[in-house]
Amino acid sequence: MKARVHVTLKNGVLDPQGKAIGHSLNRLGFPEVGDVRQGKYIELELAETDKAKAKARLEDMCKKLLANTVIENYSIELVG
Amino acid sequence: MKAAVLVFPGSNREGDVAQAIELVTGRRPTMVWHGDGDFEKVDLIVVPGGFSYGDYLRCGAMAAQSPVMAEVKKRAAQGVPVLGICNGFQIVTEAGLLPGTLMRNSHLKFVCADVHLKVETSQSLFTNRYQAGQVIKVPVAHAEGNYFADADTMKKLEDRGQIAFRYCSPEGAVDGSGNPNGSSSNIAGVFNETKTVLGLMPHPENAVEPMFGGTDGKGLFEGMVEALS
Repeated sequence: MKARVHVTLKNGVLDPQGKAIGHSLNRLGFPEVGDVRQGKYIELELAETDKAKAKARLEDMCKKLLANTVIENYSIELVG
Repeated sequence: MKAAVLVFPGSNREGDVAQAIELVTGRRPTMVWHGDGDFEKVDLIVVPGGFSYGDYLRCGAMAAQSPVMAEVKKRAAQGVPVLGICNGFQIVTEAGLLPGTLMRNSHLKFVCADVHLKVETSQSLFTNRYQAGQVIKVPVAHAEGNYFADADTMKKLEDRGQIAFRYCSPEGAVDGSGNPNGSSSNIAGVFNETKTVLGLMPHPENAVEPMFGGTDGKGLFEGMVEALS
């Protein structure tokens, strides 16, 4: 089974990298771009067939390592 | 004072801090490799600066999960003092020994410069050689030193006197002018609740000899020797 994890900054946490990307896009002729938030995308190959079990294990992985819950949110998606 | 200095793949200030400790104690600290789950009994554990594990995922995230840090957490819970400097500060926050986290500098640039710090309290084993309100000059060198904690945590830090150092102007004004990275409330270093763990972004170990531009960092090491010997 494959898992897709998105890690994003919580609302209200300043994202200077997202801001810099937004400014660059504005300068490149994309004035329609407003707020930009940058995050991380992590793909994991899992030796697990039970979706509920996989989800629970991924929650644990996110809390222990993949995300810093002081500033980040995470979302988990299971594929296949 | 017997000290241990942890070494991770990518640490690079372990020699500097070992030298600073030797300068004030006359005794070389034990260097402990990250893969070692156990090490001799010591009075102080230092987590040095550098780029442990290449700063992969988040600064300090990988190192915080290493075997040696499991042992450090155990000893910190027993009251063994822990000092985290720069990447070491990032590691101890990721390990949950200190509140908050260190984010990318607000201006996105690596900053390598001398900064001024206001010592917030002399009432700790780390800062007893300084006066509360004293301004010291030490260098910083980091890209992720922007201290952040949620509003509740910030209030607790202030109320419990857990802020050790704040960035300030040479005259001691705590405002935007002396803040090199956008840190909340100009925070440069924080204690845990019992003040036995200190994490700070600046490098006091690089301000212990006059020929390297100052000795204001030496008080931190002398204070620890006094408290722990």
